Amino acid sequence: MGMPPSAAFGCAIALTLLAPAALPAQTAGMVEEKLPPPTGLAPYFMPVSAAATAPDGDGFLRRWLLLEPVVKPNRTNAGFTPSYVRDVLAPATFPGRFDAVPRDGESVQGGLRWHALDSSMFDMKLFYLAQGLGKPTYGVIFWAVTVVHAPREMRGVRLALGSNSASRWWLNGNDVAGLYGDRRMVMDDVLSRPITLRKGRNVLRGAVINGPGLSDFCARFVDADGKPIRDIQIDVK
Amino acid sequence: MKIAALPLAALFLLAQPHVASAQLAGEPFIHDPSTITYSDGRWWTFGTRGGGLVSEDGWTWRSGGERPGGGVAPDVIKIGDRYYVAYAVGGGGMNGGHASDVKVMWTRSLDPKSPDFAYHEVGTVVSTNGLEPADAIDPAFLFAEGRLWLSYGTYYGYIRMIELDPKTGDKMPGNTPVDVAIDMEATALMHRDGWYYLLGTHGTCCDGPNSSYNIRVGRSRSPTGPFVDKMGIPLLKGGGTLVVAGRGRQYGPGHFGLLDLGDSVEKFSMHYESDLDRGGRSVLGILPLLWRDGWPVTGENVPAGTYEIQSERSGGALELAVDFVRMPFDVRRSFFASPGDPTGPIPNQTLAENRASWPAGAVEVDLGDYMIRSHQQWTVTPAEGAGGAFGAPYYKILITGTERALATGPQGSLQAVPVFTGAPEQLWRIDQLTDGTYRIMPKAQDDGKHPKALVAIGRSTPALTTFDPASDAGKWRFLRP
Repeated sequence: MGMPPSAAFGCAIALTLLAPAALPAQTAGMVEEKLPPPTGLAPYFMPVSAAATAPDGDGFLRRWLLLEPVVKPNRTNAGFTPSYVRDVLAPATFPGRFDAVPRDGESVQGGLRWHALDSSMFDMKLFYLAQGLGKPTYGVIFWAVTVVHAPREMRGVRLALGSNSASRWWLNGNDVAGLYGDRRMVMDDVLSRPITLRKGRNVLRGAVINGPGLSDFCARFVDADGKPIRDIQIDVK
Repeated sequence: MKIAALPLAALFLLAQPHVASAQLAGEPFIHDPSTITYSDGRWWTFGTRGGGLVSEDGWTWRSGGERPGGGVAPDVIKIGDRYYVAYAVGGGGMNGGHASDVKVMWTRSLDPKSPDFAYHEVGTVVSTNGLEPADAIDPAFLFAEGRLWLSYGTYYGYIRMIELDPKTGDKMPGNTPVDVAIDMEATALMHRDGWYYLLGTHGTCCDGPNSSYNIRVGRSRSPTGPFVDKMGIPLLKGGGTLVVAGRGRQYGPGHFGLLDLGDSVEKFSMHYESDLDRGGRSVLGILPLLWRDGWPVTGENVPAGTYEIQSERSGGALELAVDFVRMPFDVRRSFFASPGDPTGPIPNQTLAENRASWPAGAVEVDLGDYMIRSHQQWTVTPAEGAGGAFGAPYYKILITGTERALATGPQGSLQAVPVFTGAPEQLWRIDQLTDGTYRIMPKAQDDGKHPKALVAIGRSTPALTTFDPASDAGKWRFLRP
């Protein structure tokens, strides 16, 4: 009988809790991990092309600057309350200048690098980014930044998000959404209140935290009727 | 009319006599109400004898309206810019025996204060001579597929159907009445999904709380029949599937009238022969109308009580967006306990335990997996003196055991404010939809022509926005906690 990855993973966590004396290597950063060798970014990621890109047919934003995972040990996701997540995912905890757009390849304190990537899927599979780079996959925080160019001012749009697990999001420096608790990524899980995309350049920034989980996120803008917004350009500068 | 149309609600009301009245407000006294019809910004219904009732909101009804011609049991339909009114003179076994005429007249307004209010006589469209097995009273219109139909009759013989000319309201030349049912009176007609529905009242009228009036239905692919009930029994042989009977303190519903409010909100009007809360008088009632397997059934306003409010879109429970409070529990007890180990009950998390994480002020409201927690349980109660709309009272929705009230928030968001004040932002109109789910709308609306409803715009995000009857996003269920 097959079992979806998330369900199989849930059982693994339960077993971990039941048998604390037999912790496996991957324990959400609670112990020193012996990391497996890098597996590469394909097939989920590819380097960005030179030209800006458009959202996909459903409006999902597939081009992002992604920072290698920041280790943040959490053995379970049960503690991802709004209070906790707002504390650990905040402008003050951003590795670098919160009001600046990082450059591809730029390193931050601790030696973590930013990677400008296009996703082959509607979601950004952060777990496989980490695994592909040979970085910790559990007990981590991922930061993400993208730049949205709007052909005109767009009022009353909403940012529609899904993330595994909790996450927070800022548009042009303003807090627009938070996803809390032990969540799985589904499209349009949480929608922001109505917001405005400025004509021209807008910076969208997010952070995803996970203990033991298959980290990823998806994001798109929708209009007041819930229809995806596609006439925008996405870039990393 | 009574909000608590089912036993659960009736029990609640019996247990809590001080709960707000769940009946229509005002003086909704009427017998044989015509189909409720909108004209000049208000809703009108006319009854036996000359008068009628008028309402601005479908909740508070007062005497009003003028219908010349006298007689009994009128009906009204609007076609184009005309309101056609049919009524019966004679018959009914009273005074004139069973010799009777159904007459039609029309006006461009039902409001006596309107300059367009002027009745024009069309004349008699059907008659019975007192000897034949039919009695031309209780007319009911239906305009469907470009044709105008009129049913009429009572227990004295057959219910009959005749076609009228929608351009004039007069009978179609050469058309003769068709027998379509027996054992009915106070008929009504509907057309839906290619079916014609003939509703009629069974039982005994006009005997206060001893009246056994109840409303039945049959359907046919043709307006002239054959109509059969859900069991396949022909209405010409006495069939008829029950739609509504008396309940609680209201006895003897009769004289159905469809009130289609759009957006999958359908209701029906009737009179109760006897409302024991109003001295046993005959009163107007309005209840939700549901459709199940192609048949009309009576719905229910939300009975006062405590509920999980569940999104039909995501299955998520409406909840305070607060820090989750865990129940202390060693999960190894779930997996490793021996069969003989103690299995005594463990209490639910209490409100006091749950609210430990709540901030003092207004709290945002979102949707989450239902965890049988206090921040997800709402007590829904008709708000005393707050009015209502079309048979449903305005409700207050409080976190159970607290005064925290569901309210509109900034930018179309939802929040729970610390104390219920009765402000329109905290009052909720809850209409049952034809599929049995509910639409929830705040009383406070910025744009009355484009009202906002509670909609799950995301899996976990509710907001106040336009209701789309074709989507589950704006549909809700009230489940026992």
